[in-house]
Amino acid sequence: MTDQAAPGRDVPQMITGRFRYDDAHTIERYQATDGYVALRQALDLHPEDVHAEIKNASLLGRGGAGFPAGVKWGFCPPGVWPRYFVVNGDESEPGTYKDRLLMERDPHQLIEGVLIGAYATGCAQAFLYVRGEMALAQERIAQALNEAYAAGLVGKNVLGSDFSCDIVLHWGAGAYIVGEETALIESLEGNRGMPRLKPPYFPAAKGLYMQPTIVNNVETMANVPWIIRNGADAYTAHGAENSRGTRMFAVSGHVKKPGVHEVEFGTTTFRDLIYGLCGGIRGNHVLKAFIPGGASAPWFYEEHLDLPLEVGAVGAAGSMLGSGAVVVMDDTTDAVKAAWRVVRFFARESCGKCTPCREGTNWLEKILRRMLDGQGRPEDIALLLDLCDNISPAIAWPPKQTTICPLGPSAVSPIASAVMRFKSEFQAYCGGGDVPTSVTINGKAYLPPEGAPAGV
Amino acid sequence: MPRFTAENTILAKEIIGRYPHPKSALIPLLHLAQEQDGFLAEDAMVHIAELIEHTPAEVIGTASFYEMFKREPVGDYLINVCTNISCMLLGGEELLHHLEDRLDIRPGSTTADGMFTLEDVECIAACTEAPCLTVNYRYFHKISTDEADQLLEDLRAGRRAHEIPKHGTLARTRQVIPAERRAGAAVPGECGQPVWMTPKDEPEDAPA
Repeated sequence: MTDQAAPGRDVPQMITGRFRYDDAHTIERYQATDGYVALRQALDLHPEDVHAEIKNASLLGRGGAGFPAGVKWGFCPPGVWPRYFVVNGDESEPGTYKDRLLMERDPHQLIEGVLIGAYATGCAQAFLYVRGEMALAQERIAQALNEAYAAGLVGKNVLGSDFSCDIVLHWGAGAYIVGEETALIESLEGNRGMPRLKPPYFPAAKGLYMQPTIVNNVETMANVPWIIRNGADAYTAHGAENSRGTRMFAVSGHVKKPGVHEVEFGTTTFRDLIYGLCGGIRGNHVLKAFIPGGASAPWFYEEHLDLPLEVGAVGAAGSMLGSGAVVVMDDTTDAVKAAWRVVRFFARESCGKCTPCREGTNWLEKILRRMLDGQGRPEDIALLLDLCDNISPAIAWPPKQTTICPLGPSAVSPIASAVMRFKSEFQAYCGGGDVPTSVTINGKAYLPPEGAPAGV
Repeated sequence: MPRFTAENTILAKEIIGRYPHPKSALIPLLHLAQEQDGFLAEDAMVHIAELIEHTPAEVIGTASFYEMFKREPVGDYLINVCTNISCMLLGGEELLHHLEDRLDIRPGSTTADGMFTLEDVECIAACTEAPCLTVNYRYFHKISTDEADQLLEDLRAGRRAHEIPKHGTLARTRQVIPAERRAGAAVPGECGQPVWMTPKDEPEDAPA
């Protein structure tokens, strides 16, 4: 972690500013550095005004889907009580490393954000769902909650006001799919973590115990105290249209200095991140490909480096910023093996509810494994693409779903990217010259000439 | 075999009381059982079923979905090596194979002396610190094969016991909600509109 801001502009460290202190997780340090100021300010305002401030800040959800938090908060049906506030701290998208830092290093910031969110939306109880494997994050949050309860900041009559809300620390037990918000709610109800059938599309309408429930990511809620302290206008002064404020990005893989950086959202480019803050590609190697937003995102290449880290621009270019995970691969990377490793993840983490995902991801994984083991057959590339088409029709972006949640279609992204961009590597694993040079599925031609932009 | 101890039964009841519905306490109670015994014993799951007033089948149904819950005893030290994409690019697989050789076991199995269980796991959110592993869910970042050897030696000699608790223990601090500070569980059907949500147009909130 560094304190470096985005290159070229003076941008405040809105959510990682306290990381410079070793004791940032204590209530003493937190209160000495503007901690719980925003909560006091919020309690002096009407809940609707607090909600309006978050809405005006255009705070986008940081979990992956990028839905505006203020809008989501407005989806609770009027007059239905109680409402619940749930924080999604089940960070497990491959390449993603930000929520763990926020929970371990600055747990009070998250707690303050949750309290403000619960106050604004009328939630009578909040649950902080932390990933099961993150023992230190659970420990730090437990300590912080105990301190906050003792200081009268959480629980009954917060700071002497009429606002009362318990925050219950809860943790999972190892299941990526629980990051999907309806699966998280199932898990919080004590069930297997399987996504719910939609509609209702938003837990804000029917969520935990079929009551209105706000589910927000850790990083999203960590932004809330800064917004209340400084105002929505100060927040929207940073970033680009539709991508306001700052965002944390974890850059991993073949860069000289892998790291997590909070940068200005929407204006910083991938080149700034990879070649600026992270020092460029290691050794004497060159960039082969990078994953711009977690394992579910289609891959990007050299020609995408100057794209801004902005939701719309990245979406228009055929991928997504997702969870802020940038994984960089240099020219030593075997594209088939990298694709296999990402697909294997989805195959292992499929919850088993929908057939295209349960069967399809495992089949894809086995074909790729067979290729890597030297048993690839000339027809395997067409088979891979046909399977992809079955899981996600036309292999389009954004994906068309045949499943309840996006996990299955996510496994299609790395294959579609790698096959179309690095066709010859796949062909080499499938018997070289005998491999068909084009594949047509349901009238759509795949496998463009080597080096052409991916057709997704 | 183990049900909850008297002390843990009191704790379990307190945890159940935090939730609007008792079944929501299921995963926390499974963790408590695993902390007590190192794995999920059948009788512990039966006891949990009694406490949350559900069937043992429902308890096992939930427990079997989550990979952290072990229904057989594991080694004193559960070593989880990440082999997902960021770690794979920087030697995660080699680290796993090195540990397989050193411990003479395959991922998913336990050494004959019961000291180590080895697993290859999916992304553990330490991607910029690859390759990485955890021991009983405590992180070791950017770990070389030499450092891994040293770690095994330290663990065998008991030199890491102060920082790595036994398998099943996650947070070493428990959340405690003091009775006088407790807002209480918001139970559906028992809660109306919260008092602080009075409509904005009431006189006390009207602009001057």
